[in-house]
Amino acid sequence: MKKTISAAHAEFLKREKKRTVTIHLSRCFLLLFLLALWEVAAALNWVNPFITSSPSRIVKTIFSLSTGGNLLYHAGVTLLETLIGFFLSTLLGFLFALLLWWNPTARKITEPYIVVLNALPKIALGPLLIIWCGTGQKAILTMTVLVCIVIATMNLLGGFLSTDEGKILLLRSMGASKANILFKLVLPSSLSAFLSMLKINVGMAWIGSVMGEYIVSKAGLGYLIVYGGQVFKLDLVMSAIALLCLMATAMYAAIAALEKLLITNAGEK
Amino acid sequence: MNILKFTNVSMNYHTKRQETQALDNLSFHVERGEFCAMIGPSGCGKSTILSLAAGLLAPTAGKIERDGTSVGYMLQRDELFPWRTIEKNILLPLEIKKKNDKVARARALYLAEKYGLKDFLKSYPDQLSGGMRQRAALIRTLALSPDLLLLDEPFSALDYQTRLAVCDDVYRIIKSEEKTALLITHDIGEAISVADRIFVLSARPAHLKAEHKVGFESTTPPLKRRECEGFSKWFEILWKELNA
Repeated sequence: MKKTISAAHAEFLKREKKRTVTIHLSRCFLLLFLLALWEVAAALNWVNPFITSSPSRIVKTIFSLSTGGNLLYHAGVTLLETLIGFFLSTLLGFLFALLLWWNPTARKITEPYIVVLNALPKIALGPLLIIWCGTGQKAILTMTVLVCIVIATMNLLGGFLSTDEGKILLLRSMGASKANILFKLVLPSSLSAFLSMLKINVGMAWIGSVMGEYIVSKAGLGYLIVYGGQVFKLDLVMSAIALLCLMATAMYAAIAALEKLLITNAGEK
Repeated sequence: MNILKFTNVSMNYHTKRQETQALDNLSFHVERGEFCAMIGPSGCGKSTILSLAAGLLAPTAGKIERDGTSVGYMLQRDELFPWRTIEKNILLPLEIKKKNDKVARARALYLAEKYGLKDFLKSYPDQLSGGMRQRAALIRTLALSPDLLLLDEPFSALDYQTRLAVCDDVYRIIKSEEKTALLITHDIGEAISVADRIFVLSARPAHLKAEHKVGFESTTPPLKRRECEGFSKWFEILWKELNA
């Protein structure tokens, strides 16, 4: 379809496009500038590269460790723990939220418990987890789920409960059952709450898995960070952090892409 | 023949802070084929009456008789589901009632086409104007062929211009489908322009203050009635009764 646009509108579009390009270029430039500054500062000994590391050292470390084999292994371990914890806590949070929506009395009864669980810093449970779940991945997964599940439940329940009262009345006037209301109205209208919960949960899952690895693990990026810190190999610590940044961003971007897909499918506007 | 009959109905609401009496000894009836309107001061319990009539609430005392149980409810806002197309919205009651068979679907879609929604069936609600959305809401209400339509201020969310047009529109469709309707509104003019009979309610707890047979020809559409001679006379009478 060909549309004719006025000169003023074309001018406006051009300006907008220029602005977008400027923003993207500036972002890249800022990153490059910071990396270069870091590199130069380390090379000229403005800072001590032994404690700050440097981009070239990080690249070198990642390269040598990944050809040596175990960096990718550690990254894989953490990624797997995070993914399992993420999906498990999302599923459980969804089920809990569903239960609490379905049964207002259960909601009232559990309210103070959820408040306390939400406020409690989950890391405080570390020693208990070691004793209860051992020092393996079970403890890390438990930690991840603990960190994620309360927030997931609360976010989803909030979404369920904010369903339009008028629409509920409408369905009830048609003789709808509670299951009808759930499937025809509450779940579809909670789509955006669900997606924002996923976004929050991605970040939480990384916190949980790395925290879990700090406490118990024998493998994973969290383990590498702790180990690197203990033996003062800051290149290793920085490399692990850089990998975490990359993987967490990729996972967030995947959720954002899913969101875009679902929202455009739900209403082609 | 009565399609809906309230006999000495009282209704109390309980909240933690207090008990509220919404209705006090309310009696009225609606006959098959009639268009009745109910006016009352705001907060007098009008919506409670419709919820009772629809069977969504049980009265504290008194008796409610419904001849033929199927009731269609139309609300202030159209309440179309934004993630469904107009077609899917109109078919929603069939899904709920598990009557989603070919015949019922064809009937509902026939109504949609008859009343000018054909080109919008695949559109989403936010692509339609307020008037068209309210028409789609009416067709959705009619999809199950209800005997009695309960209209809960269905025009009050629209701007004045649209409101007059949609009122005319809805009236025409309801009459041509030969449905019985009970409209509640706080708009006196709206009540006179559509109703065969008007019930005037008191402030809460609501009881029946007066009942009038308006006496316009039911073939006269709402906009035309507003130009009729009796219109302003009725307006004055009802206005005085409401403010007495």
